[in-house]
Amino acid sequence: MTQAFRTTSGGRIDRKKAINFTFNGQSYIGYEGDTLASALLANGVHLLGRSFKYHRPRGIVAAGAEEPNSMVQLGEGATTEPNIRATQISLYEGLKASSVNVWPNLELDISAINGLFAKIMTAGFYNKTFMWPRSMWMKLYEPVIRRAAGWGKAPAMGDPDIYDHMHLHVEVMVVGGGPAGLMAAMAAGRAGARVLLVDEQNEFGGSLLSRKRQIGGKDETAWIADMVAELEAMPDVTLLRRSTAFGYYDHNYLCVLEQKTDHLPAAERKGKVRQRVWHIRAGQVVLATGAHERPLVFADNDSPGIMLAGSVQTYVNRYGVLPGKKMVLFTNNDTAYEAAIDLQAAGGDVVAIIDCRTEPTGELVDAARALDIEILAGHAITGTSGGKRVSSVEVRKIQKGAKVYTTIERNIDCDLVAMSGGWSPVVHLFSQSQGQLEYDEEKVCFLPGKSRQAQQVAGALAGQFSVKECLAGGYKAGADAARATGFTPKRKPAAPEIDEPAVGSVEPYWIVPSSRPVGEGMAKHFVDLQNDTTAADIELAVREGFESVEHIKRYTLTGFGTDQGKTSNINALAILSGILDKPIPKVGTTTFRPPYTPVSYGALAGRNLGDWSDPVRVTSIHDWHVKNGALFENVGQWKRPWYFPKQGETMQEALNRECLAVRNSVGVLDASTLGKIDIRGPDAAEFLNRIYTNAWAKLGIGRVRYGLMCHEDGMVFDDGTTARLAEDRFLMTTTTGGAAGVLDWLEEYLQTEWPELKVYCTSVTEQWATVSITGPKAGAVLEKLAPEMDLSHENFPFLSFKEGEVAGINARIFRISFTGELTYEINVPWTCGLALWKAVMAAGAEFDITPYGTESMHILRAEKGFIIVGQETDGTTTPQDLGMDWIVSKKKPDFIGKRSFTRSDTARPDRKQLVGLLTETPDDVLPEGSQLVFDPNVPKPIPMAGHVTSSYYSAALGRSIALALVKGGHGRKGQKIFAPLDKRTVTAEIVDPVFYDKEGDRLNG
Amino acid sequence: MLNIDCPWCGKRHETEFRYGGEAHIARPEDPAKLEDTEWAEFLFMRTNTKGYFAERWLHSHGCRRWFNVFRNTVTHEIVGSYKMGEKPPKLPKSAGGTK
Ligand SMILES: [Zn+2]
Repeated sequence: MTQAFRTTSGGRIDRKKAINFTFNGQSYIGYEGDTLASALLANGVHLLGRSFKYHRPRGIVAAGAEEPNSMVQLGEGATTEPNIRATQISLYEGLKASSVNVWPNLELDISAINGLFAKIMTAGFYNKTFMWPRSMWMKLYEPVIRRAAGWGKAPAMGDPDIYDHMHLHVEVMVVGGGPAGLMAAMAAGRAGARVLLVDEQNEFGGSLLSRKRQIGGKDETAWIADMVAELEAMPDVTLLRRSTAFGYYDHNYLCVLEQKTDHLPAAERKGKVRQRVWHIRAGQVVLATGAHERPLVFADNDSPGIMLAGSVQTYVNRYGVLPGKKMVLFTNNDTAYEAAIDLQAAGGDVVAIIDCRTEPTGELVDAARALDIEILAGHAITGTSGGKRVSSVEVRKIQKGAKVYTTIERNIDCDLVAMSGGWSPVVHLFSQSQGQLEYDEEKVCFLPGKSRQAQQVAGALAGQFSVKECLAGGYKAGADAARATGFTPKRKPAAPEIDEPAVGSVEPYWIVPSSRPVGEGMAKHFVDLQNDTTAADIELAVREGFESVEHIKRYTLTGFGTDQGKTSNINALAILSGILDKPIPKVGTTTFRPPYTPVSYGALAGRNLGDWSDPVRVTSIHDWHVKNGALFENVGQWKRPWYFPKQGETMQEALNRECLAVRNSVGVLDASTLGKIDIRGPDAAEFLNRIYTNAWAKLGIGRVRYGLMCHEDGMVFDDGTTARLAEDRFLMTTTTGGAAGVLDWLEEYLQTEWPELKVYCTSVTEQWATVSITGPKAGAVLEKLAPEMDLSHENFPFLSFKEGEVAGINARIFRISFTGELTYEINVPWTCGLALWKAVMAAGAEFDITPYGTESMHILRAEKGFIIVGQETDGTTTPQDLGMDWIVSKKKPDFIGKRSFTRSDTARPDRKQLVGLLTETPDDVLPEGSQLVFDPNVPKPIPMAGHVTSSYYSAALGRSIALALVKGGHGRKGQKIFAPLDKRTVTAEIVDPVFYDKEGDRLNG
Repeated sequence: MLNIDCPWCGKRHETEFRYGGEAHIARPEDPAKLEDTEWAEFLFMRTNTKGYFAERWLHSHGCRRWFNVFRNTVTHEIVGSYKMGEKPPKLPKSAGGTK
């Protein structure tokens, strides 16, 4: 028989719409409106999984986000999701779910494992286990424990679903759509504020979805419908269902996860966004996040069929399900009586109410008595039997203050235990927002205290546990929020007449003793069901010296896991307070951190995946490079051609060909990515004088100079050439990766240190495409393209530039060189880059002009001993370390970095200095980054002498070359140095870093 | 994520800005006159304030202006923003401000 535990009528399910689903391969039927949990309970399925450490049978405890146990593996293949709470999965046609952590299987008890590990897996189990011998850990414990103590499995394939992100600015954001939240949204909306109301459930109503109430003459369903209808009619009010505010960050920035298709059958999800992360900035936030019920901590309180009383009420009223037919209620407060009354009304049988209070009184207590339900006041459940489903409870009279109850036991048969230890306001978001919590002795819970952000609290979160208080508190919070953001609330509507039972007292009862002291014998008093933490574990942790609540949490794992201790934190605190004999507020709470409930990586990534994960910058010549077989290198966000292999060529063969072409004929490089900054103003020359280490005031118009930039600490941070375009105008070039940082640096000094300088800077990197032709035949190529231009060395010398037409395009041509060969860097408007490149290729064809990439560029410059910032430098390298004293002005009174050159550490003679290395075996190419030592035969640890910064095979020289930073290197030329590698040690000679054309004869072609 | 009030653009998300460390530390007029220890003080030493703190921000993805923010480093409360060269705003009375 299907759905044997479904009531005959009622609930918010659609009994006409049957839904087929499977759990652990077994087929079941539920109704639309069910959660997976309610549908399983309707089918009498309570056993959902095994516990984390002890493999004890576990079932559904709660009905919402606080559920600690019922995690399932949902779906299959690429879209499978591990550890989803069955209580938060909306049932859909074809749903497939299975248990997690059931090795070897769900039904089989592994008593051997229980017996073996029970004694080991106490508090601090992980900490202690990691101290065992490593060999044992690797071979035995790790594989066994991992299999036994794991949860679900992550999907093995890429996530095929679509996720996106939205940003929203509102005056008032309301979190929680229960009676308080609905009223708050209404008050703020009527005042005219832009309002966002979010709720994690599929429909608004909060606690009213579980409890029957008459509000202003309407039943709760009609009241909710009217409220939602009015809110939906307001144009500036946004309502989000199935949307969890999971993080509350600084300055009222909140993140919300909206589940858009998770409740739909697979076929209806195709092409739709599965989940959306909303980023909200709110003027005011109203938190109306409600409260979670606490379990009671008694012996063997973890069997399937032991549930929270309020959740039982939810299953009965909202889902039309009887979680059991013979119920025992165990409570320390009145509100739980309502669950018993509702279950009885729905056809269940309440066999007893065990109330720890000696004299329970009140409207609900009287109502239960009127139904002839036996009430055992001053009693407690001191044990349970049944294992896979609770079958009876052991009840004893409470002996106040005793550690062991020796009173006569009574056993009561049942198939359901509903328990209530009182209510804990859901302070998570409030606490994330840095709000302080205050303990309320009378309400026996933590309540929001001082706020740190622009926010209001309302409803059960604020200790307003009746609907009447919620409506009043919600309205006030919404009106206050609207007022604080500049709106005038409308007159407060008259409070409606509400038919609800009075809320009675709650008596703290944190740990229920049994016939033996807690921790002795086989019985376990679970505090945290997800982590299998018991009261005895907390006692053990204290005995072992832990007192701080943050330490206890980590040592016992209480409050960790996917539920973040929603049902366990306060009980653990209170038990700790009892052991330490300190009042609860003195023990303090642990820190609540985002996310409130788990969020998938897919949702967090949104659309920022693959090609969209980071912007890609390409030059105007990029497509040509692609067509001509270039391989690319990422330099910052730029794609730069790395090298251009021909058919069948190895990388080294391609590099040899490219480099030799430059040395013997002509090569061409796309240098468009170099940073370019236009610097203008009457003080531009003075400004450069202060920024660069060398002198700039006298640079003639039309001339170009190389410069180094240092930070104030004297360390090199960028280099490049700068041309004087006019008396008051310069064009600076920077490294490709450093362009943005240099512009920031220039602007920082202009704005903060030298605002009196009349200079402004403009990035023109993407305004100019740059084609660099280099090699002995570079002049011959340019002659063909610019026949009118005088290219003689007298009229166009090294380190100068000209403006003119190249291939019919207006261009600036710079005579600079990063290869040591005659070089013309031709700059044309960005959009003309490709046309120029093609013209250069055509003109150079007769010289076999060869395009080359960054790798050959690196080899060519290394042959000349030219540095690359970031390769030869690492933020601890001065110009002097690089042997570039020649570029540091002795005459300028000040420039950035100058003062630091005479600091004792910067002036040390044994600093790491740039040298060249030639390996003893010419074919040996040292790995870049190799550590160097002066003597490989001294005892270890061998003192480090430096490291290799660049290393290549040089085709022009027919051997390997390397650059290195070596301690006192400038004074060690001719000495041997050693690179101890994995299996061998390479010997090299320290030499001058200029390997090729030391005299610089080739610069003029 | 902080909501920072740029004196030129108004309130913008923190992701539009770059942090610039402690404010009101002027580069010495004549570094050559300083002892090594004095120069090191300027180069390396900053206060590590718990509480109200004047700091520099750059609206790098906006107007590209540097400005100062007076912020509580514990609560992230921002008392105010002000332009380079201006004086920090007064502390609120609730924060013990009198000046
Ligand atoms: Zn701005």
